[in-house]
Amino acid sequence: MTSLPEQAIYDTRTELHAAQKPLILAIAGNPNAGKTSLFNALTGLRQKVANYPGVTVERKEGLWSLGRDLPAARVIDLPGLYSLQATSVDEQIARDVLLGQNRNTPRPDVVLVAIDATNLVRNLYLLTELMETGCRLVVALTMFDLANRGKLKIDVDTLSEGLGVPVIPVVARQPDSIDRLREAVLRVAAENSGGEFDGATAFQVGTKSRRDLAFTQRVVSLGSVGKGNERWKTSLTERYRWIENIVNASVQMAPYTKQRSTTERIDSVITHKVAGPAILTLIMMFVFQTIFSWASVPMNLIDKFFAFLADATRGHLPQGMLTDLIASGIIPGVGGVLMFLPQIVLLFLFITILEDSGYMARAAFLMDRVMRVAGLHGKAFVPLLSSFACAVPGIMATRTIENPKDRLTTIMIAPFMSCSARLPIYTLMIAAFFSGQRVMGFISLGTLIILLMYMLGVAIAVIVGWILKHTFFKGPSTPFVMELPPYRVPQLGNVFHSLLSRVGIFLQRAGTVILAISILLWALIAFPRFGGPATAQQRTFQVENSYAGRLGRVIEPVIQPLGFDWKIGIGLISSFAARETVISTLSIVYNVSEDTDGGSNSLIDGIRHAKRSDGSPVWTPLVALSLMVFFVLACQCMSTVAVVRRETNSWRWPLFMICYMLVLAYVSSLATFQGGRLLGFS
Amino acid sequence: MTLDTTPFGVRARVVSVAGDGSTALRLMQMGVVPGAEVSVVKSAPLGDPIQVRVRDYDLALRRTEAQTITVAFDKE
Repeated sequence: MTSLPEQAIYDTRTELHAAQKPLILAIAGNPNAGKTSLFNALTGLRQKVANYPGVTVERKEGLWSLGRDLPAARVIDLPGLYSLQATSVDEQIARDVLLGQNRNTPRPDVVLVAIDATNLVRNLYLLTELMETGCRLVVALTMFDLANRGKLKIDVDTLSEGLGVPVIPVVARQPDSIDRLREAVLRVAAENSGGEFDGATAFQVGTKSRRDLAFTQRVVSLGSVGKGNERWKTSLTERYRWIENIVNASVQMAPYTKQRSTTERIDSVITHKVAGPAILTLIMMFVFQTIFSWASVPMNLIDKFFAFLADATRGHLPQGMLTDLIASGIIPGVGGVLMFLPQIVLLFLFITILEDSGYMARAAFLMDRVMRVAGLHGKAFVPLLSSFACAVPGIMATRTIENPKDRLTTIMIAPFMSCSARLPIYTLMIAAFFSGQRVMGFISLGTLIILLMYMLGVAIAVIVGWILKHTFFKGPSTPFVMELPPYRVPQLGNVFHSLLSRVGIFLQRAGTVILAISILLWALIAFPRFGGPATAQQRTFQVENSYAGRLGRVIEPVIQPLGFDWKIGIGLISSFAARETVISTLSIVYNVSEDTDGGSNSLIDGIRHAKRSDGSPVWTPLVALSLMVFFVLACQCMSTVAVVRRETNSWRWPLFMICYMLVLAYVSSLATFQGGRLLGFS
Repeated sequence: MTLDTTPFGVRARVVSVAGDGSTALRLMQMGVVPGAEVSVVKSAPLGDPIQVRVRDYDLALRRTEAQTITVAFDKE
């Protein structure tokens, strides 16, 4: 490199300005190294989140201003990785992008490597690999202020010289560190790269320090792993020696003290043998309580809003098919999705805070042994727990599970965690048939039954998970090896950004599928058309004789052994879109006025008094139980199907899930009803 | 002595990592290489996994994985 730094910067600027082609930057680094904070600091709100095609990892891209008259640089925030020798989906993606092997993302011009100053040696390992790929590199030294506070004195110049790469300490709230980063990027962009990455040949390394490297292992060819000889271990160890020499020369540590760090002190409680699980339980209970009760207020508001909107639509638009489609199909359909929004926002908020603070890793640590009984990974704990509120964000949270097989298993069993949508059905059945009775004098029968339903879901989940792990998803078990990052105060800006992108994706994707199926369902109930005055009786007649109604009668023989009649059948059909619709469908079918506020009461009466043609009651406590068991196990949620499709990127798994859950639900319901009859209940 | 039987709080150095598969690779990528300073901090409530300090950070490992790491004690 012969030109002066200023010259290089000038050259780059000129070239960029002339070409008007944006510079492409990628931020790479270990998980927890502060990549996302850096990304947010550079791009602010100019971010957009997309999906890596073929896989489900979010790709975050944003724009970073390089100066006036210059096109803004495209900055890609890569998933965290410890090494280019990838072991998880996340890491493979990052690696492909860095090597220019990702079809949809061009090879980055410059790679910003986020290196955590409080954890230098391990973070630098990735850098040694990157140095061999020919990428142009700039090290952004993050957590620099933290390191200083911890009495770590880092001589940045010595470090930079030793590595042969510019090192810029970055403190997010100091704009001049960002300016210096910008200058380094522009300077480096003018350099010739080390060459195109070519797996077959070794590299010419350009700077003096790089030539000092004792190793010439090509990145891809640590491939002697698993081949019987252990040469790769030697070269891996050599890299660390090289790193240690440089770090020892550049860093002065305070003498070792017995004083415990804040993280250690917090952990003495959080991962304490007794206090640990207790605190975990408390935190989970708090999260649940919040989601169930706090979310219910906005949920009801949204619900009422959409009901109002539907009425307003009917009132203001001319009578006809289209109006009906909008008012009875689209608005309730979309409203059904949006109703979940408060829950999802709250859930994601907690998950993000727990993740960013570092607590999530402790939860996985505490729960791993227990989860392993079910063949699951410790990291599956939080997603599964979240699924008790709603499986949609729970399934999205499985991204932290690196092993695709473990992740798929978790996704497949998440819907068994009785979600909040099942609660209205449970409540209705209890109110109609099990109210007022007590067991052992003080526990209400109703509560007991609900508890039983939850436990049934968990039990089946564990069994199914175990089976899956030993059949379809059998495979070498992935190492549990997991970092326990230091506790950090989550930064509000980051949390906000995270929330925005996750919620946006949920709305966008789940909403399109839901919308489509809502329209379908509406059509099934609306056709064939029967004219007549718009009375409650007419509505009921319409439902009973529509395609949906006919379908109900057709499946009646199939569901009779479960104790259900064709009206319940219609309810079941509609519930596959979203569980709660069963209540509205049953209301219509049992000829209950929709706008009665105590609608449930009349529905309860309708249920209690429904009679078959021979005079015997349709609904009995046993039938109610059978229905509840069905709802525990069946997959009745389009949002879940949509999100599984998205997270597994194929229709195979959602279809498989719908089928096997249906079979399970049917068999269990059958066993419940017939078994109950055998025991003498009716 | 392997890491799964190392007493808590004692500082040690890694001698070798056994195995030739993804576990060994992952461990070594994360810095568990011959010469690295390690110490076992604690174990989870049911005894497994264990928390190990590796140089400047903390790692959680299952006992079966810790068993592959041979260590020697620092002579102070």
